[in-house]
Amino acid sequence: MNRWSRFNIISVTLGFAFLYLPIVILIVFSFNESRLVTVWGGFSTKWYGTLLSNQGLMDAVWVTARVGVISATIATVLGTMAALALTRWTRFRGRLLFSGMVFAPLVMPEVITGLSLLLLFVSLGFDRGITTVTLAHITFTMCYVAVVVQSRLVSFDRSLEEAAMDLGATPTRTFFAITLPLILPAVVAGWMLAFTLSLDDLVIASFTSGPGATTLPMKIYSQVRLGVTPEINAICTILIGIVSLGVLTASVVNKCREVQRRRDEQAAMRA
Amino acid sequence: MKPLGSIRRSFAPWADPAAKPYIVFENVSKVFGDFTAVDDLSLSIYEREFFALLGASGCGKSTLLRMLAGFETPTRGRILLDGQDLVGIPPYRRPVNMMFQSYALFPHMSVEDNIAFGLKQEGMPKAEIAKRVTEMLRLVKLEAFAKRKPHQLSGGQRQRVALARSVAKRPKVLLLDEPLGALDKKLREETQFELMDLQQDLGLTFMVVTHDQEEAMTMSDRIAIMDKGKVCQVATPAEIYEAPNSRFVADFVGSVNLFEGTVARREGSAAVIEGEGITIDTDNGSDAPAGAKVWYAVRPEKIKVSARAPEVMGPNTAEGEVWDIAYLGDMTLIHVRLPDGRVVRTSQLNRQRVVEEPLTWNDRAWISFARDSGVVLTR
Ligand SMILES: Nc1ncnc2c1ncn2[C@@H]1O[C@H](COP(=O)(O)OP(=O)(O)OP(=O)(O)O)[C@@H](O)[C@H]1O
Ligand SMILES: [Mg+2]
Repeated sequence: MNRWSRFNIISVTLGFAFLYLPIVILIVFSFNESRLVTVWGGFSTKWYGTLLSNQGLMDAVWVTARVGVISATIATVLGTMAALALTRWTRFRGRLLFSGMVFAPLVMPEVITGLSLLLLFVSLGFDRGITTVTLAHITFTMCYVAVVVQSRLVSFDRSLEEAAMDLGATPTRTFFAITLPLILPAVVAGWMLAFTLSLDDLVIASFTSGPGATTLPMKIYSQVRLGVTPEINAICTILIGIVSLGVLTASVVNKCREVQRRRDEQAAMRA
Repeated sequence: MKPLGSIRRSFAPWADPAAKPYIVFENVSKVFGDFTAVDDLSLSIYEREFFALLGASGCGKSTLLRMLAGFETPTRGRILLDGQDLVGIPPYRRPVNMMFQSYALFPHMSVEDNIAFGLKQEGMPKAEIAKRVTEMLRLVKLEAFAKRKPHQLSGGQRQRVALARSVAKRPKVLLLDEPLGALDKKLREETQFELMDLQQDLGLTFMVVTHDQEEAMTMSDRIAIMDKGKVCQVATPAEIYEAPNSRFVADFVGSVNLFEGTVARREGSAAVIEGEGITIDTDNGSDAPAGAKVWYAVRPEKIKVSARAPEVMGPNTAEGEVWDIAYLGDMTLIHVRLPDGRVVRTSQLNRQRVVEEPLTWNDRAWISFARDSGVVLTR
């Protein structure tokens, strides 16, 4: 029987169309000459140019980038520490509570996280702005980092750390010379995940940001309510480009390393 | 009493009452949850000694080493190194290095960086580190592999890197957990002698874990036989083999025949034991009093098998039939079945190419052994 029956082909096509057609349309129309989003007026890259002179949009890009980098970095440090605590000291008091608290935000509806953070900031008398958005993003992305790093740590061979200490390295040196380099791929993946999550967040940012700290998703959302412009299509296309480039690089690098390692191992077996 | 075995040893600090032990385990216990891995164990090891721990899997050998290295804290008792109590000293401040059962090579570092790691922690100058690393690479014959990563090496090469890394710092004590486990028989034998030379040249104290008894016999000055977290006997290889102190040790090391019986008579150290179907007359009768239940342990190669009846059927002889026979080249294993069904294992060295009266299955055969061939065991 032919595995690629007509039914299969149709369902696969439809499925992919459903997933990617909107994105393709968005990308295509970002190169539209016409100001009207729904009417094709010829090819042009002028919207990418006007984008740069749109001060409001550029400010939002800058805010998002700063929030993303700072929150992802802090979340990575905290998340890695949480993962270490959870895998290394398996029997400390309140471990269950701690792990529950670390992982709860994974399943918490964003609206609730956003609202509760808003209430917290208001009751503490914090001025809402870029700091509060950053803090909020740290809170909700940290658990994702912890999950990614923990999955690497459970398969980590503890005798490597023991060997390092046996050779005279203090626990701190052991962490930086042995543990960190070996879990680095997971830590980097955790950072990228946290950054992407921060980049894409609309709900929590809307709750916790204030005047002068409009993130890109917030800006796009508010502009779209006044009508979609080709500029929005252009900035979204750039975002898609950045994200796909990141994912692609990561997987190509991974694949290359895998191939290299297999080749080395075969060479060693032959030797 | 004359020394046992075929080697005369000049290094025997344990026999010298004035010698001070270098490593002392004092009533050490280690309990994991409700499982006792090491049970009230005491042990003394001397400087420059090659000491082997031999025992079945799970008897607590690695746990003992890990306590000395500082990765486990004794539940009870204390460990002294050169008179200093080690409790509370973290692993990175102990003058002890360990070669791990799993090698534990750092996968992200090259062979030379692995070896240099410990030296860097000491703050040794760069030029000196390079010199020492080269020296170590030469020692383990891995000069050509300096730049490789561990996953680019074969099992035996990894083992040698692990060895070089643990020796590089010139520790006072080197702990080796199954150092030769991954090597094939030939490489293993070569490496055994290399290890012995290394220990001699550097004047180190070695504590080696193994569950290969031949390896322990070859390399070590003394062996401790362990069982279920306890030490059964600590002695030189020859003493362990020729004068085991219990049925467990006799049976664990090499192959042995045990004749059960009661002491009929005693005269000084000589004793006559009345066993089932055999009377044993021995000149080293332990201290078992007359009437005591004992076992007489005699090794297969100490028993003579003959196709002819001896002139007198005195003590230490028995008649049976050849039950099983195996030709191994250097020797022949002959199992003789006694009338009561017990099988006596013997091994005959093939000193002649042509044997006058070769035996075969179901032949009548007579076994005999000398008065001093075995030992009397009371437990
Ligand atoms: N961290 C631990 N927690 C609980 N039990 C342990 C732990 N470490 C060791 N044990 C137990 O202690 C016993 C002794 O272990 P150990 O590793 O010392 O054995 P071993 O003599 O080295 O065996 P092998 O020859 O297989 O290496 C084993 O039964 C093991 O299950
Ligand atoms: Mg072990």
